[in-house]
Amino acid sequence: MVKYEGKVVIALQVNGEAHEVAVRPSDLLLDVLREQLGLTAAKPGCLNGDCGACTIMLDGWPVKSCLMLAVEAEGHVVLTVEGLNGTAPIQKAFVDADAFQCGYCTSGFLMVCHALKTQNPLMPKENIIEEWLQSNLCRCTGYQEIRRAVRLMYEST
Amino acid sequence: MNTAIGKSVRRKDAWDKVTGKALYTDDFPISGVLAARLLTSTCAHARILHIDISKALGIKGVKAVLTGADCPELFGPLLQDRPALARDVVRYAGEPVALVVATDKPTAERAVRLIKVDYEPLAVVLTPSQAMAEGTPLIHKQVNGYKKLLTDIYPEAGTNIASRYRMQKGNTAEAFQRCKVLVEQRFFLPPSAHLAMEVRTARAEISSDGSVLITASSQSPYSVRKQLSEAFLIPAGKIQVRVPYVGGGFGGKAPVMLEVLAFLASRSVGGKAVRLTIPREQDMASAPCRMGLEADLKVGVDENGLIQAADLTYLLDCGAYTDISPYMTKAIAMDCTGPYHIENLSCDAICVYTNHTYVTSFRGFSHESFTFCIERVLDMLASKCSLDPLEFRIRNAIRPGSLTPSQVECTASLTGDLTKCLNNIKQLAQWNGGNAVPIKENTVRAKGVACFWKTENPPTDAISGAMITFNPDGSMNLNTGVVEMGSNGQTHLAQILAEKLQVDADQVHVVTSVDTRTAPEHWKTVASLTEYMAGLAVVRAADDLLEQLRSNGSQVFGCPADEIEVANGRVFSKKNPEQFIAFKDIVQGYKSQQGESIGEPVLGRGGFMLKGLSMLDPQTGQGKTGPEWTLGAQVVEVEADLKAFSYRILNASTVIDVGKVINPESMRAMIAGGMAMGISLSSREAYIYDQDGIPRLPNLRTYKLMHIGQEPDYRVGFVETPEDNSPYGLRSFAEHGVIGIPAALGNALAAAFGRQLVILPLTPETIWRTPSEEHV
Ligand code: FES
Ligand code: FES
Repeated sequence: MVKYEGKVVIALQVNGEAHEVAVRPSDLLLDVLREQLGLTAAKPGCLNGDCGACTIMLDGWPVKSCLMLAVEAEGHVVLTVEGLNGTAPIQKAFVDADAFQCGYCTSGFLMVCHALKTQNPLMPKENIIEEWLQSNLCRCTGYQEIRRAVRLMYEST
Repeated sequence: MNTAIGKSVRRKDAWDKVTGKALYTDDFPISGVLAARLLTSTCAHARILHIDISKALGIKGVKAVLTGADCPELFGPLLQDRPALARDVVRYAGEPVALVVATDKPTAERAVRLIKVDYEPLAVVLTPSQAMAEGTPLIHKQVNGYKKLLTDIYPEAGTNIASRYRMQKGNTAEAFQRCKVLVEQRFFLPPSAHLAMEVRTARAEISSDGSVLITASSQSPYSVRKQLSEAFLIPAGKIQVRVPYVGGGFGGKAPVMLEVLAFLASRSVGGKAVRLTIPREQDMASAPCRMGLEADLKVGVDENGLIQAADLTYLLDCGAYTDISPYMTKAIAMDCTGPYHIENLSCDAICVYTNHTYVTSFRGFSHESFTFCIERVLDMLASKCSLDPLEFRIRNAIRPGSLTPSQVECTASLTGDLTKCLNNIKQLAQWNGGNAVPIKENTVRAKGVACFWKTENPPTDAISGAMITFNPDGSMNLNTGVVEMGSNGQTHLAQILAEKLQVDADQVHVVTSVDTRTAPEHWKTVASLTEYMAGLAVVRAADDLLEQLRSNGSQVFGCPADEIEVANGRVFSKKNPEQFIAFKDIVQGYKSQQGESIGEPVLGRGGFMLKGLSMLDPQTGQGKTGPEWTLGAQVVEVEADLKAFSYRILNASTVIDVGKVINPESMRAMIAGGMAMGISLSSREAYIYDQDGIPRLPNLRTYKLMHIGQEPDYRVGFVETPEDNSPYGLRSFAEHGVIGIPAALGNALAAAFGRQLVILPLTPETIWRTPSEEHV
């Protein structure tokens, strides 16, 4: 196992680009993405793994970036909403389904949905969709619109 | 012809929000910005004997440590009773006690942990009725010594009462004699949280010339400016407040709190930029939350099933400081009966201090709380009269000619049509009389109905404004002081403008952030008054544009201005519509083919100030606090397991009289979101305090919100009874979806379990603990 002390320079693969950042071992991946790389789509909501606003994709799976240290992300492929480039089907689906109001939870939901599609290319059963999306909270919508967006995402591709 | 009103125009902020481009307060770069963190009280009520900051100051990277001694000013929008940092005493667990400014967040956090505070605990007061009891310790020694910012706040000396509002109408004593059926019931609702997904946060910096720049997640940028200006004697013009996108507000971002602390932090380090962030736990325990309520209601009905009299007492638990609570108490008094015709009324709404986290406006502005109580009583009465609860409500519905509690005479325009809402919801919710229907062994389905109404309680002189400029392509830029926090006000305002100019809504661009330097003042983005107040300002600004366009047109065409028409992005003469000038050629003034300049560039401005509102008479409560009412009916259907005391919410319906449906999709979504919030708060949300007044684990792991999979099917129906003075007849609607839901759920569960549920939240445990009717 590698042991890090003080600030160390690590290599992160984010949105298809290689970055080198100097981090403390205790720095959260979320903070490093937001504060050092300027990728602020992932949001802090609780820093406790309870809300999902900070969700990113790691090697194709949804991960709460507040529960992961930046040093742990070395050697993995990180994708954030910025890396979807506005072209992922889920982004248009969210717009068409009105799946947000304040938009603060949106990035996290987008990444969970995008990962859902990555892992399940064909539309899974409703209860599987629910299971995936239960990790995230939205205080504005009634969730119905978010469900509709997931369906639209599958139907559009 | 409608070009924009009535259409499901897409949100103006849509693509910003799905690409991560929408920036919120804490998304701006932080290089060179210092970090501030709070130390908060671990006691609910205690004297501060000593604060030792020496160790914290000794840490490398710590720039300043502030305590109450550094800021003698008191704050509050109505009654100045709250210090920015506790002085001498703490009055709730979570109250800010010290503030550390350091080079970065980890350093600030480390320093916070090294501050040592010695407390001498004092007796805690945890419920409004306890606070009102004889001999209870006073939470504020001199409640009547605080400065009042508005005259209708009435603190009572030598008590824990911050203010009181009375409604007195008819003769209740006599009327109760005539009643055949009487219900007397007590209710208890605990405080709960707003939980906008974006935690409250603020930044501040001060230039060497004393100008202050605040960036904050706020619903009230103009109040931030006002309160800082008044407290620190800074000319208002030297304070600039910026509000980018806000990640949900629900009333919780209307108060001014972190902005002051961020200002103090910046001032302590020579004006350097400072960012104050708080963890979710402090957002829940330290920043203001939703009110608690105790109520004692007595309502009587005659042999015809008509309500004759009501005697209502509401005790609002405002926590340790008042913030906007006195006005929430006033709001309870204004609408205390629900939307029913009741001639004899006596109501006491009292704002009471306790050692809970202080409270502030929450979606519904107290209506989501008291409506639970009064609507539960309505169901108890209907059942005693053996009447269908929905028919019982139709029979007693407020109608033109009725007097509201504050004795305002109802008209269709002023209040809307409750009977129609109730009739329409029968179909929408497939109303079946309200009795529980067995599904299988130990399982029943039941529906509950509730009505709501709400008028607003702004200061009588609240203002709004709009400014419009044109782009060279003929499209417009709309600039208002309205914060975009999810309720989509910007899009609705763009629709109002587009309709006035008879163009498509995509011809209007909006400014999604607010800057008090450039945007005309809009009182606050609260009370669902955006479309009403800012909407009227937009209408006036649009009229201003039209007049200028006609003036330019008349000069170009050489005809009187009243012969000029404006539509579809063109200016033309009525007499010869074939010959027209496109907006792009005339909005910046007109240049003839010979190069002659004609007319002037077109710039629109509109202002609006509320008129005709009054203070309430201190004895009778007579008066009018808001420009209009919005009312409606709601139904919730549950499937209940009678053995396990658990239940599932199948569907939730709302029929609301919105005056005019300006954007069907967006309004539907807003109402559904309100219902979702109502379901979450009434089925599971509560702050749980131990006997010392310490909230138990305020975080999202233990304080559960509704998540996907638990939501019902939402159904929304609209009634359109126009309001005569508003843009296109619309009424406020953005918060209303929440109001009747706790009551409708309570009524459904009471029907399902045969238990008189009078406590929130309606958890299986609450239901199980409530004695069943057969046993009382
Ligand atoms: S911030 Fe990561 S789960 Fe809430
Ligand atoms: S859109 Fe506001 S929290 Fe989901």
